[in-house]
Amino acid sequence: MNHYPLWKYLIIVSMLALGLVYALPNFYGESPAVQVMPLRSQLKVDAALLKRVEDALKSAQINPEVLTLDTAAIKARFADIDTQGKAKDILQAQLGEDYMVALNLQPRSPHWLASLNALPMYLGLDLRGGVHFMLQVDMKHVLDKALDTATSDFRATLREQNVPYAGVSREGNTLSVRFRDAETRSKGMSELKTRFGGMDFNDTDSSSEFRLTAAFKLQEEQVIQKAAVQQNLTTLRNRVNELGVAEPVIQQQGVDRIIVQLPGMQDTTRAEAILGRTATLQVRMVEAHLHSEARDYSPEKIEAAKRGIIPAGTELLYSRRDGRDEPLLLSKQVVFTGENLTGADASIDQQNSGSVVSVKLDAKGGIAMKNATREGVKRRMAVVLIEKGVAEILTAPTIQSELSNRFQITGMRNTEEANDLALLMRAGALAAPMEIVEKRTVGPSLGAENIARGFHSTQIGFVAISIFMIVYYLMFGGVSVLALGANLLLLVALLSMLQATLTLPGMAGIALTLGMAIDSNVLINERIREELRNGVPPQTAIHVGYENAFATILDSNITTLIVGVALFMFGSGPIRGFAVVLCLGIMTSMFSSVLVSRAMVNMIYGRKVRLAKVSIG
Amino acid sequence: MELFRFKHDIPFMSYGRLTTTISLVTFILAVFFLASKGLNFGVDFTGGTVMEMHYSQPADLNKVRQELTDIGFHDALAQNFGSSHDVLIQVPAKANASGSKLSEDVLAKLKSGDASVEMRRVEFVGPQVGRELFDNGAIALLMVSLGIVIYLWIRFEWKFGLAAIIANLHDVVIILGFFAFFQWEFSLSVLAAVLAVLGYSVNESVVVFDRIRENFRKMRKSEVSHIIDNAITRTMSRTIITHGCTQMMVTAMLFLGGETLHYFALALTIGILFSIYSSVLVASPLLMMFGVSREDFIKPEKTTAEEVLP
Repeated sequence: MNHYPLWKYLIIVSMLALGLVYALPNFYGESPAVQVMPLRSQLKVDAALLKRVEDALKSAQINPEVLTLDTAAIKARFADIDTQGKAKDILQAQLGEDYMVALNLQPRSPHWLASLNALPMYLGLDLRGGVHFMLQVDMKHVLDKALDTATSDFRATLREQNVPYAGVSREGNTLSVRFRDAETRSKGMSELKTRFGGMDFNDTDSSSEFRLTAAFKLQEEQVIQKAAVQQNLTTLRNRVNELGVAEPVIQQQGVDRIIVQLPGMQDTTRAEAILGRTATLQVRMVEAHLHSEARDYSPEKIEAAKRGIIPAGTELLYSRRDGRDEPLLLSKQVVFTGENLTGADASIDQQNSGSVVSVKLDAKGGIAMKNATREGVKRRMAVVLIEKGVAEILTAPTIQSELSNRFQITGMRNTEEANDLALLMRAGALAAPMEIVEKRTVGPSLGAENIARGFHSTQIGFVAISIFMIVYYLMFGGVSVLALGANLLLLVALLSMLQATLTLPGMAGIALTLGMAIDSNVLINERIREELRNGVPPQTAIHVGYENAFATILDSNITTLIVGVALFMFGSGPIRGFAVVLCLGIMTSMFSSVLVSRAMVNMIYGRKVRLAKVSIG
Repeated sequence: MELFRFKHDIPFMSYGRLTTTISLVTFILAVFFLASKGLNFGVDFTGGTVMEMHYSQPADLNKVRQELTDIGFHDALAQNFGSSHDVLIQVPAKANASGSKLSEDVLAKLKSGDASVEMRRVEFVGPQVGRELFDNGAIALLMVSLGIVIYLWIRFEWKFGLAAIIANLHDVVIILGFFAFFQWEFSLSVLAAVLAVLGYSVNESVVVFDRIRENFRKMRKSEVSHIIDNAITRTMSRTIITHGCTQMMVTAMLFLGGETLHYFALALTIGILFSIYSSVLVASPLLMMFGVSREDFIKPEKTTAEEVLP
């Protein structure tokens, strides 16, 4: 009656073994580490970089415990924080600005565990310290900008197609175009319709004038807003790189929000300043250069500038991309900034099939560009990206004609270069302003304290329950405690495997789950006692006890599951951590309190045919 | 060892009038305090800034308050918590406040007074986000209640479902009443604890109801009140031991879990104590009141025969 077939034992044992393996990394803890990542897409993480890191450390007589190379970064683990700090300074000095050298924590678990993808639990910011920001993207601004761009695009289209019109104006979220007669109105409508597929057009003629109105389709509005959030995400990613944080989380939440988490980050003032910066891309005119085919060719001025004689209102910068080293004297006056940029995409030019970057500007940027280029044909213009306070020239093309809000930058050697330029230009711009609507900072000492507290209370609670159970139920209590231990092991393993974020409420969830999981065993043990008291023979009592208790156990776990799921769906941040633990804990407790404890009881008592007494107190 | 051995069933149902009165009074008191004092919502829900400051020597609260007033935060709240070295500063959200920058201003000012001050934790929640968290919390509570009602509906007859949800929402209201009376801070984690208690005490009622249903099938000759008394008496031991064990964990959290988990554990403690009471002495009398009878279970003879437990 109380036998499990061999396969059941095997399943239980293998589950526990698997649990042990994946829970194991948590026992080894973490060591201070340094992580090296390239900041430019052209730079690769490869054996050559590994060699550089190795040599740099060796020459400074620092011996990392482990030095590893993976697809995204080189990681070096050290024995203590002092060595870590020293290593970071040395590596940053040796590798220069092109690489990010960030402080990090690395699991101390042996290599074979890492190769199984067994990692310690992923700790939330309240446990490891760091900053959490929630940023709200100003969607109204995004639409305003799109409507402004459309206004000037309307004018340009009608002019190009020789459709006479009286004026284009914006009222709220609609654009209205006035015409002199019905004929030009319908012609204008059909021209605009073919070009602006994302808008709805209506004619709203009144007695005195002929008008059409246009508004973005709902779908198109969503596309515009999505693109804006995407661009802000890209920009934020680039900026976060400046902060030198090892494992930043940057993700969209909902329609118009972005979450930025910077583990280990302490300097919140700096983080806020960098995240909140509006534009880092500037386009400025070139006043003097060494390129004889364009205007303002002036080797003398450049020579003078190199010697330190820089005319007022200008500055000397070098265009250093792709192995070039070209000195340029730039005007300090800015033509337009990243704020005016609405798009930069790499594409193939139809005429000469070369790679180009197509740039789109908003209305304000378009006007500025027009004014600057009208008188500036054959002059050069520099696209400058300011990173970490250092201005860098991305490209300095020659102006070929008068330009407005849509133009192309040609002369890319290949698609990769065009892609890079487009990406960097976009990175310098925020599509829409953002506001910090939530900020949570936890200092590293508090994080460590939180871990200790959570761990300590779970430990004390566990010990108290164990003592009580063993005293109260003797052998069956012991079995229950072992099952509870298995539950903890499996829960920790599952959390590690899924890399779910463990927060302080999550730790409370572990404690609470354990406190509640013991309910199943109490139910079983009480049932068995009751059966025994009614004079049922021990083997039958065990069997019936487990059978009868199961329905109740299932019931009580389902109600908890309902709570867990609702909290997960509607909770936020740390509460979600609690919900995840609660849901996972229910699954592991069902397994351990029913199957694992039954297996143990079967092993102990199941074999004895004539069982006169069981130890249940 | 056995702590709870009852030779005879305890006549819980005969105390029905008394226990219902007690429940009603506590419930009304809780509602009264909720209405008159209201909950002391934390920044999670109201929006605002909370800062945890650590001083190397015992902090001078008056000086801290003066410094806060100096930089224009008249409505800021500064108090000790944990130890005399730790100060908790709360600044409510204002439409014109500098938002996320506020904590930087405060830190700068406090640093000028005492350079040793260390900022341990900052939480800034914008008013809009606070509002959303509040709404989501309310939705979560509603969804949990609804989910449980639906579950109980499927699992039991409607009389049971109704009795259980009334009994357990009564627990929730009482926890909230405690938080209102003592003006303890009601934060997101307390809400999580309240919901956890709701699930936990429903499961308590489920255990008792399971027994009642089983008894209806087994004890064919008995009175309804006797059936319920027997079910409660026989689950009593399990109820107290289980809750005792859960409470051991929660007590550990209450005393060792630190400030953040304190109110979470406190809400759980109140919830656990009242859920024992309510599942035994609220849900079951309600069940009697709804007129539960054998006919609610034993309709078609055939299925009953199959369902009779060994």
